Amino acid sequence: MPVHGYVGSMINFSIPNDLDIRAARPDQYVAGATGDWEIIVGLEVHAQVSAQSKLFSGASAAYGGAPNAHVSLVDAGMPGMLPVLNRFCVEQAVRTGLGLGAKINLWSRFDRKNYFYPDLPQGYQISQFAYPIVGEGSLNVDCDHGETVPIRIERIHLEQDAGKSIHDLDPNATYVDLNRSGCALMEIVSKPDIRSSEEAANYFKTLRALVRYLGTCDGNMDEGSMRADVNVSVRKPGSPFGTRCEIKNVNSTRYVALAVDYEARRQIEILEDGGTIIQQTRLFDVKTGKTRAMRSKEDAHDYRYFPDPDLLPLVLDQAWVDAIAASLPELPDAKKQRFKSEYGLSAYDASVLVADKDAADFFETAAKGRDAKLVNSWMTVELFGWLNKHDKDLAHSPVSAERLGELVELISHGTITGKIAKDVFARMIETGDAPAIIVEREGLKQETDTGLIEATVEALMAANPDKVEEARTKPKALGWWVGQLMKVTGGKASPAVINEVIKTKLGL
Amino acid sequence: MSVDLQTVRRAARLARIYEPESRLESLARELNAILGWIDLLEEVDVEGVEAMTSAVELTLPLRDDVISDGGQAKAIVANAPQSADGFFVVPKVVE
Amino acid sequence: MTELTELTLSAARDGLVAKAFSSVELTAAFNDAIEAVNPILNAYVTTTPQKAMEMAEASDARRRCGAVGPLEGLPLGIKDLYCTQGVRTTACSRILGEFTPTYESTVTANLWRDGAVLLGKLNMDEFAMGSSNETSRFGPVINPWKRQESGNVALTPGGSSGGSAAAVAADLCLAATASDTGGSIRQPAAFTGTVGLKPTYGRASRYGMIAFASSMDQAGPIAKTVEDSAILLGSMCGHDPRDSTSLSLEVPDFAAAVKRGVKGLKIGVPKEYRVDGMPDEIEKLWHQGMTWLQDLGATIVDVSLPHTKYALPCYYIVAPAEASSNLARYDGMRFGTRAAGDTLTEVYEQSRAQGFGNEVKRRILIGTYVLSAGYYDAYYLRAQRVRTKIADDFKQAWQVCDALLTPTAPFAAFGIGEKSADPIQMYLNDVFTVTANLAGLPAISLPASLDAHGLPLGLQVIGRALDEETILAVGGALEAQAGFNAKPKKWW
Repeated sequence: MPVHGYVGSMINFSIPNDLDIRAARPDQYVAGATGDWEIIVGLEVHAQVSAQSKLFSGASAAYGGAPNAHVSLVDAGMPGMLPVLNRFCVEQAVRTGLGLGAKINLWSRFDRKNYFYPDLPQGYQISQFAYPIVGEGSLNVDCDHGETVPIRIERIHLEQDAGKSIHDLDPNATYVDLNRSGCALMEIVSKPDIRSSEEAANYFKTLRALVRYLGTCDGNMDEGSMRADVNVSVRKPGSPFGTRCEIKNVNSTRYVALAVDYEARRQIEILEDGGTIIQQTRLFDVKTGKTRAMRSKEDAHDYRYFPDPDLLPLVLDQAWVDAIAASLPELPDAKKQRFKSEYGLSAYDASVLVADKDAADFFETAAKGRDAKLVNSWMTVELFGWLNKHDKDLAHSPVSAERLGELVELISHGTITGKIAKDVFARMIETGDAPAIIVEREGLKQETDTGLIEATVEALMAANPDKVEEARTKPKALGWWVGQLMKVTGGKASPAVINEVIKTKLGL
Repeated sequence: MSVDLQTVRRAARLARIYEPESRLESLARELNAILGWIDLLEEVDVEGVEAMTSAVELTLPLRDDVISDGGQAKAIVANAPQSADGFFVVPKVVE
Repeated sequence: MTELTELTLSAARDGLVAKAFSSVELTAAFNDAIEAVNPILNAYVTTTPQKAMEMAEASDARRRCGAVGPLEGLPLGIKDLYCTQGVRTTACSRILGEFTPTYESTVTANLWRDGAVLLGKLNMDEFAMGSSNETSRFGPVINPWKRQESGNVALTPGGSSGGSAAAVAADLCLAATASDTGGSIRQPAAFTGTVGLKPTYGRASRYGMIAFASSMDQAGPIAKTVEDSAILLGSMCGHDPRDSTSLSLEVPDFAAAVKRGVKGLKIGVPKEYRVDGMPDEIEKLWHQGMTWLQDLGATIVDVSLPHTKYALPCYYIVAPAEASSNLARYDGMRFGTRAAGDTLTEVYEQSRAQGFGNEVKRRILIGTYVLSAGYYDAYYLRAQRVRTKIADDFKQAWQVCDALLTPTAPFAAFGIGEKSADPIQMYLNDVFTVTANLAGLPAISLPASLDAHGLPLGLQVIGRALDEETILAVGGALEAQAGFNAKPKKWW
């Protein structure tokens, strides 16, 4: 494409017939009074680029701040102000595109989307409408129904965020803070390949994990770094797509699921009552769990997109794109495969770990040269259990990956029993000490003195002839014996030695 | 092409410019005169011609991601018709 | 002795260097002239006499220390389109109210860096939309020139930079900044017997210049001589990283090019610029210009710019489309005037209805319409493609010539109110100038003769992109040949 122009019209989106390609999953149909309904969902996810400064200005992109403190004259739309594009933001969009295996468009362009709103200072949003920076890609989503579903990506484009309107500071006025105005967003648009609220939530979660792996967005939903516009329609299985409604600004995985469920139910009820769905923009109210039409969007909008004359075409160098591709970290899909092959984890265990980059990294540090399955089980059961109970995340874990690995190593080497290990783990959380030091200090080493164990077994045999008889007829039922020995040795007896001694003494 | 009253009404609405109903007729006349003159362009063969969006045959310059601006909330709201506590104050917005 | 205010920019500079007078004396003379004359001509909408004196004193102090910039101590007028820190800037629109920028445009910052003195802000058509300065919120500017036979008819100085042109013509500043989107520097220069130059798109930064149509807006000077325009242009231009369309190039020594001569140059004469109804005097002047250049060793070649007649219709799609979006920020929310209303929409609609004048509203409506769904391809996209063909015409012409010679405007200055009833009649002012904006080319207008009514007529020289030096050389040659030294009678 030449440097300064384009031939095509702005409105070049025909409806291609490859939109509706998902195989039916009747187990996800929703039952209505007139039979089953299929839910169709597409997501437009706005992910804020983890940049220092804004997309077109040098003001800070940090969250929060005093009102209008992170605002340049450009962000405030002052007369005569002009945009200058942030290279880092372009790079992150490309990175995200590469992470989704998408086509990177070496020629793209910024268009103006014109509409009036008090938190939109220029009276238009600079976005990429006709020629986005990233084209089609795909994201594999592990769903609760067990299938891994590839959700196709339509495009990613860069655009400016708007400011924030605050409606509750004054009953008669709205307050506007432009700190967010001009922050860089990547709008990641999926094709309508999603067929349930659960799939929608998993898509959102998986996409969040991906951008966090890539480091292109911090995925912080509380700060609005990731928000989804959720397009929902319903149809009778086998029919063409129905009319969709767009639910704006849904900001958590759980809300995505709730919004889809509510909206699908609403549409089904309307259709079953003989009504029709009106295409509209809606809001999800987290208090009521319902969606409602947005009054500010009632006006028929006509955004009058046209190429921004303050900017020139964005032309990328293939070598630059290649260098970004070469710098990509291992992504969740590849990591999952490797965790299965390298550590022998189950598909389920692997996907739980890779869902969060911090967890995957923690696991690998702990598992290096150790019993990986045992590490996985200690991590997911004991550590995650404790963290969940205390409402902490992995970054704030009192036990480091290295320490957890050492603990597992002590078990594997037979230095301590699994039972004692739980006590050691509890002490590690309290003290932060290394497990070996705790074991040494508190004398928790495994009892491997066969003499003591032999004597104890003999005493038990003498006192419990019935148990001796039972063990001889059912040689596998040795639990009682092990339990008794553990009691006597305070849990320190080595299970291997116990088994050995019992078998010898009872002549099994 | 020519515009009717509804089109003028709609353009005024999109542009957020109040035009009383009594003005629409004369506005439509004015716009049609201009648009009629503009229709001259229809005789140009533009098949396959690239659109010119800029007079500069260059590509977009990029800047480094450094914080070089902001921290001037007072200047930002200095010319505001209404402001409070550093915020712009605008008519009540109903979402 | 010549009055200080009657000096050219370069003569004033020489006088300051020779210590014949100080910047304070020079500035005071202009302040006095403005105070006396501006109430009659309405060229300035804001005067800054005190600030001017402070700047002049600072300049004289710098000169005493030997720190002398290229424009050291020279008092200038600034079109009210340039944001000036702490000085009200309105683009002559009611909607900006008393807007006082907290920032400075790059072009004006360059002037102050080079030592210039601000006299005040100059009148213009509202948001630079107009060719007669009649759309200003502050009322029209009166052209210092009058038809010799009817001294009581007030003429327009042209537009949109009518204040700039009138102030220079009436000696109310040494030179002025102006801006040109479709001819807004060159047409008023032609109407007032001054020199106006629009450089190549991207030469001067648009940062801090209130936007009309971003893809064509370009800053430039209006001055008394070709050399003065070159001096001022040199300070105005330069790469600005804050404007993405700014050209990353060194600024040539424009003033040196003025005396370069035209020997061996091929000057194209486009046959499409002979329009119906153009006065014979203008046709004659055009031929005179060819002869002048030939006499100095240039060759005249006939060229064709076949898409010329589509330039104005093309412009009247592209410019309003961009303007409709550029002017969306004037909504009464963050700056400027806010009208009362019961709902947000009412406040928007009333603020903009009351804040914008009729011509601005008309263009916003056209721009909104041509960008709206269903019309984009037929209007905007088609116009952008025609624009390519217009630019290609010039590229063809550059195969056979180095610069083009044309009239600047199809008529001389007209009376206030004479053309305001019919927008299209008004738009025809720009028929010879608008092509250079569409193609982004540099062009200069210089006064070459008086018509039968004693009004100045201008010739235009259009050059290749980035080749301001050639149009300055041709302009300099024409200026020398024409020997135009008429001044308006001081009837005020």
